Amino acid sequence: METLQFTRPAQAARIQPALVGYVGSGDLEVMVEPLQGSQAEIHIQTSTPGSEIRWRQVIEQIEARIALPAMRMDIHDFAATPGVIRLRIEQAIELASAMEAQA
Amino acid sequence: MSELNANFHGNYEGGFIDLSARKRIESLLDNGSMRELLTPFDRLTSPWLEKQGIVPQFDDGVVIARGKLDNKAVVVAAIEGGFQGGSLGEVGGAKIAGLLELAIEENRKGNPTAAVLMLETGGVRLQEANLGLAAIAEIQSAIVELRQYQPVIAVVTGPVGCFGGMSITAGLCSYLIITREGRLGLNGPQVIEQEAGVEEYDSRDRGLIWGLTGGTQRFASGLVDAFVDDDVSALSTSVRDCLGQGVPALHRSDDISAPLTRLQQFDTREQIDAQRARQALTEGKTA
Repeated sequence: METLQFTRPAQAARIQPALVGYVGSGDLEVMVEPLQGSQAEIHIQTSTPGSEIRWRQVIEQIEARIALPAMRMDIHDFAATPGVIRLRIEQAIELASAMEAQA
Repeated sequence: MSELNANFHGNYEGGFIDLSARKRIESLLDNGSMRELLTPFDRLTSPWLEKQGIVPQFDDGVVIARGKLDNKAVVVAAIEGGFQGGSLGEVGGAKIAGLLELAIEENRKGNPTAAVLMLETGGVRLQEANLGLAAIAEIQSAIVELRQYQPVIAVVTGPVGCFGGMSITAGLCSYLIITREGRLGLNGPQVIEQEAGVEEYDSRDRGLIWGLTGGTQRFASGLVDAFVDDDVSALSTSVRDCLGQGVPALHRSDDISAPLTRLQQFDTREQIDAQRARQALTEGKTA
């Protein structure tokens, strides 16, 4: 198991806690909680060693598509592929942001 | 937290097996009544998995909640079979035990509270062996106490099934509901194969495994009370039926002298098959 951490620039946004996925084979769980300030703190525990570059690339791909909200994001990864990782992260951010509209 | 409890509109249809543990609870309870206790946001992960290099899960693979079934108070626990084989460790086990103790407390105070346990589990989590065993013992003694007040209903739908110490837990419940895909057994197929040899028990022979431990066989053998399709509404109806029947006059686990006698008389020199097992378990049974 490997522990990684990324801190990325983000924009202040009103988001709600959200959780998607689970820690099963080829999948991951992603938890999002609001964070004061203008940073996204991403904490990752992954079963795949030596995957730091891959994680960085996935995060950069997501940033190119959507603006990260200020948040703490926790990821428990059980050997998910980059495609699944990206899907789950975007799903979590969408869910966390969608709640603002409902509230 | 919409995935936890907010956005349920009672629109679950279709299969139950494919739902996550949290959605299984949500799909069962009266619309909007689910209140999860010790949610993933409490971050109660296993302190032991990380030390052994295994990625934890925020709810430790166990979801517990209070809610209503036909407007009656219940507690519900569901095990996530996909996380570490649904194994029970210290945290997940304590969550279920604590939930059942909460229900006992409510009943003592005069608030009838039943329990539903959705068991998809291989039993004790080997990485937390002794603590998992201790938790399962606590769960079992809580069930024996709670079932005097209100029904404790176990549901085994698959895909994992219910094995190890948790199969004994299922056997202690007031009512047990199973699907064709569900399995119930003390030892899992691979464990038996390893101990008895592949000639006697081939864990890859799905016909043999489901024939002996699958839902159809367990229902026909009288070891479970209801056999349902893998369907949200069928399951929901079955749980409500069991709840409506109230506390059984005699619990299956208190009625063991006849099955014990039958097992003692069983000739083990010949390879057992589904037909013989069924016969041995039901012979001379009136009910």
